[in-house]
Amino acid sequence: MSFDDLLNIVIMQGFAGLSLFAVLLLMGLGLAIIFGQMGVINLAHGEFMTIGAYTVYLGSTLAEFISPNWVNTYFPFAIVAAFLIAFFAGWLVEWGLIRHLYQRPLDTLLATWGLSLGLQQAFRTFIGPKEVSPTLPDWIMGSWAPSEGLDIPINGMFVLALTLFVTGAVLLALHRSRWGLRVRSTVSNRAMANAVGINTQRTDRLTFSIGCGIAGVAGAAFTTIGSTGPTSGSLYIVDAFLVVTFGGAASLLGTVVSAFGIAQTQSITEFFLSGSMAKMITLSVVVLVLMLRPQGLFASKIRR
Amino acid sequence: MNTLIKLIKRYQGGSILLLTVLLALVLPLALDIFRLNLVGKYLSYGFVAIGLVMLWGYGGILSLGQGVFFGLGGYAMAMFMKLEASDPITTKIQSTPGIPDFMDWNQITELPAFWLPFKSLPLTIIAIIAVPVALAWLLSFSMFKRRVGGVYFAVITQAVALILTVAIIGQQGFTGGVNGMTDLKTIWGWDTRDDSAKYILYYLCVALLIFSIVICRWIQKGKVGTLLLAMRDKEDRVRFSGYDVADFRIFVFCLAAAMSGVGGAMFTLQVGFMSPSFVGIVPSIEMVIYAAVGGRMSLVGAVYGTLLINAGKTFFSESFPDMWLFFMAAVFILVTMVFPMGLAGLWESHVVPAWKRLFSPSLDKKTDLNSVSGMPTKLGTGVSHESI
Amino acid sequence: MKHHNDTSSISLETPDESRRRILLAFGAISMAAIPGIGSAKSLPGVNTTGMAITDTEVTVGQLHSATGTMAISETGSIQAEQLAIDQINAMGGILGRKIKVIKEDGASDWPTFAEKSKKLLISDKCAAVFGCWTSASRKAVLPVFERENGLLYYPTFYEGLEQSKNVIYTGQEATQQILFSLDWAKTEKKAKSFFLIGSDYIWPRTSMKIARKHIEDFQKGKVVGEEYYPLGSTNFGSLMNKIKLQKPDCILAAVVGGSNVAFYKALKAAGIVGSKQLLVTLSVTEDEMTGVGGANFEGFYSSMKYFQSLENDNNKKFVAAFKEKYGPNSVIGDVTQAAYLGPWLWKAAVERAQSFDVDKVVAASPGIELTTAPEGYVKVHKNHHLWSKSRIAIGMPDATFKVVAESPELIEPNPFPKGYQ
Repeated sequence: MSFDDLLNIVIMQGFAGLSLFAVLLLMGLGLAIIFGQMGVINLAHGEFMTIGAYTVYLGSTLAEFISPNWVNTYFPFAIVAAFLIAFFAGWLVEWGLIRHLYQRPLDTLLATWGLSLGLQQAFRTFIGPKEVSPTLPDWIMGSWAPSEGLDIPINGMFVLALTLFVTGAVLLALHRSRWGLRVRSTVSNRAMANAVGINTQRTDRLTFSIGCGIAGVAGAAFTTIGSTGPTSGSLYIVDAFLVVTFGGAASLLGTVVSAFGIAQTQSITEFFLSGSMAKMITLSVVVLVLMLRPQGLFASKIRR
Repeated sequence: MNTLIKLIKRYQGGSILLLTVLLALVLPLALDIFRLNLVGKYLSYGFVAIGLVMLWGYGGILSLGQGVFFGLGGYAMAMFMKLEASDPITTKIQSTPGIPDFMDWNQITELPAFWLPFKSLPLTIIAIIAVPVALAWLLSFSMFKRRVGGVYFAVITQAVALILTVAIIGQQGFTGGVNGMTDLKTIWGWDTRDDSAKYILYYLCVALLIFSIVICRWIQKGKVGTLLLAMRDKEDRVRFSGYDVADFRIFVFCLAAAMSGVGGAMFTLQVGFMSPSFVGIVPSIEMVIYAAVGGRMSLVGAVYGTLLINAGKTFFSESFPDMWLFFMAAVFILVTMVFPMGLAGLWESHVVPAWKRLFSPSLDKKTDLNSVSGMPTKLGTGVSHESI
Repeated sequence: MKHHNDTSSISLETPDESRRRILLAFGAISMAAIPGIGSAKSLPGVNTTGMAITDTEVTVGQLHSATGTMAISETGSIQAEQLAIDQINAMGGILGRKIKVIKEDGASDWPTFAEKSKKLLISDKCAAVFGCWTSASRKAVLPVFERENGLLYYPTFYEGLEQSKNVIYTGQEATQQILFSLDWAKTEKKAKSFFLIGSDYIWPRTSMKIARKHIEDFQKGKVVGEEYYPLGSTNFGSLMNKIKLQKPDCILAAVVGGSNVAFYKALKAAGIVGSKQLLVTLSVTEDEMTGVGGANFEGFYSSMKYFQSLENDNNKKFVAAFKEKYGPNSVIGDVTQAAYLGPWLWKAAVERAQSFDVDKVVAASPGIELTTAPEGYVKVHKNHHLWSKSRIAIGMPDATFKVVAESPELIEPNPFPKGYQ
């Protein structure tokens, strides 16, 4: 095993860790916004991801139907569509369900679990119980080989780029836009925000919808990695929650750091041990750290 | 006799008596042994539900991982029964006779050390309660002493449920993996699959369940119960009054864990197998809904809720498999939004006043706060008790 | 049909079902009381164990996952069994009786399988049940079938190490599937080092145990890696790097269900493609290909006993009939074909035994041959498995398979191979 080969393996392994980081971050970002900023636990978050994934699948079917040329170009549009459809779905859900339960986070948990069951069944009934995969454009498949023996998966790079873009956009929006200002003030002191004329109900609805929209984008991104079925959302939901809780629910930076930490731990242990063991060890480490520091890595310093 | 009646009135035992009569007399007479065995299975979930009433309704702590304790108790009993079913004569076809079949498939050649205590029934019975309680204590001690509660705690219990599921499935040599432990036949030579055995197990289950309810009701009516309610609603004031909130929460969490463990063991005995599909997140959340539908403040209601949902599942999932899940989703949403106190709440707020109006129109129309089913009619003092 | 060790039937009969049952019994009694009607069919001993059989109808059960993660794989089996039953009914049924099917959904949940199997045997008194796919579901229902003396036709290729009086295994067992493919890899592709990958449950683990023994002890080759990933897992990044580190001559894969899609996408993304790396899988059929995609599997090999592209007359008729019933886009995998065999084998055994009694059917089964099987020809062995050929096929870009190797003779099933345990 030459030095070059070894170096290649290290680089590829590092990239695998980064890839996983991107996946976890994308999953957790939408949840962090909803959970962290609003205190609402949305157990149906996974299903919003599935909505995004199915949107891409439907987009792919539509593109194939229209003409084979469209297959290579539909993808970016499909991602935007995924965001919009998940956004709209989130809007409806917030209006119909969540806003009645703001004062009762534990009840929100149960209600959104019920919602997730209903959505899963809806996917099963209206789309089909089998798992599906959209036809991905050629430029996303395969690997980029800058040098012999070094293969970087293109879909991994795509997901990473998308994640960075979305995270950047969210951070920018939170700290520079009017919406961000409203959200931050509502989170700090809802009564006062109401008193100075901010429509907190509107803000909440917008925030929730944006969180769901990001979940939709996450789902769209995951179609490059695996297949989509009615129960795909449940594969991601616990990981997403752990990422957010571990990072400290009130902090987006915390979410980023925790996603990175969890991804690298899992990736490295997976390389040296087996897949199941790695998952167990990672989860145990997270739980242990949470037991020692329950508020997460970056806890809010404000007392509520 | 008078003291007995007074005792019953003081602890609102009327509803418990009614439940006992239903479970011990009405159902065995009305149903054949197959359906009764099914009811026995539902009742084993009922243990978890009543634990949740104490934990969530009274303590204000939502645990989404009760399946863990149910599973630990269930696996303890399953390990004992599996060892008994794997004596060298029955297993002589294996590469290594005398060990469970799934160990043989996984190239394990001798019984792992942690299985050895389960060769003895007394130790197994101790383990059924001790192991869940030990884990519960460990978790709750580290969480409640640091004043972690509410949503964080719920998410961590989910994580623990996931860890245990992954551990069981991943270590299939030691635990039977995703298949679980099947083909469990006898306990100390007594065949649990006979009809007569099923009747006995059913009554044992009912007896243990009623006993647990009585104990919980006694706790509820005592100082601990009042303190739990107070802690749920205004934790800081209780703390300022000098009580260590964490200790009480640890106690109620361990209590719920112990009862769930017993439920798991009864499940294994009556159904004859145990698998990780009862341990994870999905079944744990389902068990919460049993308590929610029945009434999270009512012990007796929790049992009715369990029976109702499970019976519905068996009936409807056969006839209308598609509609059933939509119906379940609707139940979840409606119960949290419209009937937060569950069926018991509906009973209290609608049926009991109507009953009273019908039969005692001359009496004061004001509804008694300490009403028939023994549960406080109010969910809490309002906003702040559930904030993070 | 209650055995004295009878345990619970975990099922609540709806009023409709009990009404149906009573009417059926009433119908049977009244039919028997009317002399002359159906006397040719009411041969003595046709049904001595009280199963749901009248003079015009015999009830069978079907127990597969119509929902859940296994639905993608089991839908084909459901369709194939139904096609076989429809064809048999069109020919007049068995012993003059049409087949009536009671379908139950196992929902990819093994305890549900156990519960529904009790319902089918105890409540519905089915003469035979066609069902299950994963070994976990089979293991969960096995105690029920043995206690109630039912009969199960099990279609999936599996790990062996089992031989039950109450089950007929119409899929390959491990030695038939694995040994042939390993020998092919060694002789045709000169493979000496192997990397074993599987999902984490009994079938892949037991299969790889057998594979490892064969590679190390019989082929004198080397196993350079053995990895298992949880069912449903989609994260294979580290595994790709491990493969690149070890550079095996051949990857032997037993990844199951939804994970397949992520696995092959990851291989493609890591540059591990058929033209550069030999990969033989034990768990990708045409059903899985619809999810995985031809582009991701191109150039890899699959080891099965049946492929949709087999060129024989039986198969051409079978594929045509299947597509006519289920649409031109439907695909037929190995398990689907094995499921198709189930009702035909049962029919043959019942006609040979001239009875539906499970004991008689089971006694009549060994030696039954099926020359109309789409895979060519099968014969029932007395260990309740099938003599069949094994084949290796390469994945084509259009998601079909092209057969490249076939075992010269029928392989005898050997669920308890000496030297491999």
